[in-house]
Amino acid sequence: MSKLVISAIGPASSVQDGGRFGAQRYGLTPSGAMDRLGLGAANCLVGNALFAAAVEIGPFPASFTAREGAVRVSLSGAARSAAIDKRTVAWNTSVTIADGETVTLGMARGGSFSYLAVEGAIAGEPMFGSLAVNARAGLGSPYPRPLQAGDELRVAAASGAAECRIELPLAVAGPIRVTLGPQNDEFGEDAIRQFLSSRWKISASSDRMGYRLEGPAIKHLHGHNIVSDGTVNGSIQVPGNGQPIVLMPDRGTSGGYPKIATVISADFGRFAQISAGTPFQFEAASVTDAQAAARKFAELLRTLPDRLRGIESFDLNIEALQDANVAGAAVNAVDAGTWQIPSAADVLTQD
Amino acid sequence: MASPLSPPRLLPSGDSAITVEFSRHIDDAANQRVLALDRAVAQEPIPGVSETVPTYRSLLVHYDPTLTDFDVLGKQLLERAGHPAQHSEGTRRWRVPVAYGGEHGIDLEDVATSLGITPDEVVARHVAGDYRVAMIGFTPGWSYLSGLQKSLHLPRRQNPRLSTPAGTISIGGVQAGIQCLAGPSGWHLLGRTPVRTYQLHRDPIFLLEPGDRVTFYVIDARTFAEQDRAAERGEIVAELTAI
Repeated sequence: MSKLVISAIGPASSVQDGGRFGAQRYGLTPSGAMDRLGLGAANCLVGNALFAAAVEIGPFPASFTAREGAVRVSLSGAARSAAIDKRTVAWNTSVTIADGETVTLGMARGGSFSYLAVEGAIAGEPMFGSLAVNARAGLGSPYPRPLQAGDELRVAAASGAAECRIELPLAVAGPIRVTLGPQNDEFGEDAIRQFLSSRWKISASSDRMGYRLEGPAIKHLHGHNIVSDGTVNGSIQVPGNGQPIVLMPDRGTSGGYPKIATVISADFGRFAQISAGTPFQFEAASVTDAQAAARKFAELLRTLPDRLRGIESFDLNIEALQDANVAGAAVNAVDAGTWQIPSAADVLTQD
Repeated sequence: MASPLSPPRLLPSGDSAITVEFSRHIDDAANQRVLALDRAVAQEPIPGVSETVPTYRSLLVHYDPTLTDFDVLGKQLLERAGHPAQHSEGTRRWRVPVAYGGEHGIDLEDVATSLGITPDEVVARHVAGDYRVAMIGFTPGWSYLSGLQKSLHLPRRQNPRLSTPAGTISIGGVQAGIQCLAGPSGWHLLGRTPVRTYQLHRDPIFLLEPGDRVTFYVIDARTFAEQDRAAERGEIVAELTAI
């Protein structure tokens, strides 16, 4: 076995996988990756099961050092600058860190969460079939809490497999789609119209439990207390102050505020990646359309391995990518699979 | 012949869950129907359903939209709701020890003052209740109980506390509760139980199930300390009196 030592890491960084299901009836929230496409792509690059445990890295810089042997890792999700010593590492690729070397990642650009997957996945003791960190419930392995500098992850020694990259579709710019309900009848037509037509921003006081939205106050018809009922990832609760809260994977399993709408599952990862302060809009979708989108998204995840490419054909593009890493604005010029969360400008071009 | 029941409302919770709503209120009959539908789905699984979450008034049914869809699943759930499953086994009854008042229940005196009765009377009324676990939610093991007697109904606190102790026994509105982990609460804290409704590395990890019956009995601070240590070692501490 080798070790991957966390040399530096910011808040909101933890080991996450596909999540922990089956115990929501006991109040145990699923947790799991904020952006399943990012997690899936990272795992795919190193030959792991799609939703194996990986490091979910919050917006701030981080660095990881290989010890007691080489470690093969991959990077996906919100793009960042990445380097091993002076060597630039392209985003959405696998790379082997030699014993004693450090991979250094910059700030997330145009997104919030990046994924570092490790060949052979992170070793730990699953609880309810998952290593995902749920700090409140004391769950998660190898550490039942967010990662800190000095933590060590036990990982497989690098296999020496050829490195690869993954060609991901460019993220669709556009509003975040929601289905109305389950408690949209607690709001008048004007309130729903206002919810769908306003520009929202995610507040800085957001976390893996919920994203607080900043915008106009949404008025209830009959007050803000309902008898608690169950929640899902993407439930949009409206508390007494009228400022919606979108429930994220560490949510409470039940909640007592009316839920005006629900982010559709295909757009949930894209929503999770919107940075604090970036304006965006919602758009209503029918349940039928949301389910069609969910099936399309499942197909994208299922066929991720078909999107792997050898790194040789990629060498031609490495300079373009390096430029892109330095100047984020150039990213659209790169056709080699750099996947970016749409910037505010992209989102609003549809207005 | 059972009288015909009004069908529940089917509400989409996004594209991967249906809220089957039996009532908008806290209502014992509705909760019984929620739990009956929950049993029916457990006894005869529906393709594509991944898990169910019973609450006071609704059953949240999570499903995989690549395996079924809202219309197909909604129809199957309505059929089952119209033909509720009977209890296949007896009801479990738990006796849960509680140290009331003082440092264990910092709101006992205030609750007594608000209700115009003595703290002992508050305890006597709370202990006299025959409760049912209506739902478990919010945080692991947080058990919401129905059956709080009317004379103890009291609006929740104006200012919720950001932190309340593990094992808190509290009341809020028409509800009573057993809280497992330390955490925020706007309810009135009457006491603490050494019982862990959620404990990793114990079998079972979750002690209570929706539908279980619960009664409380009084223990003193010394017994609390002893039982708390036993519970920490993984003992269940609560008594299972009937099944």
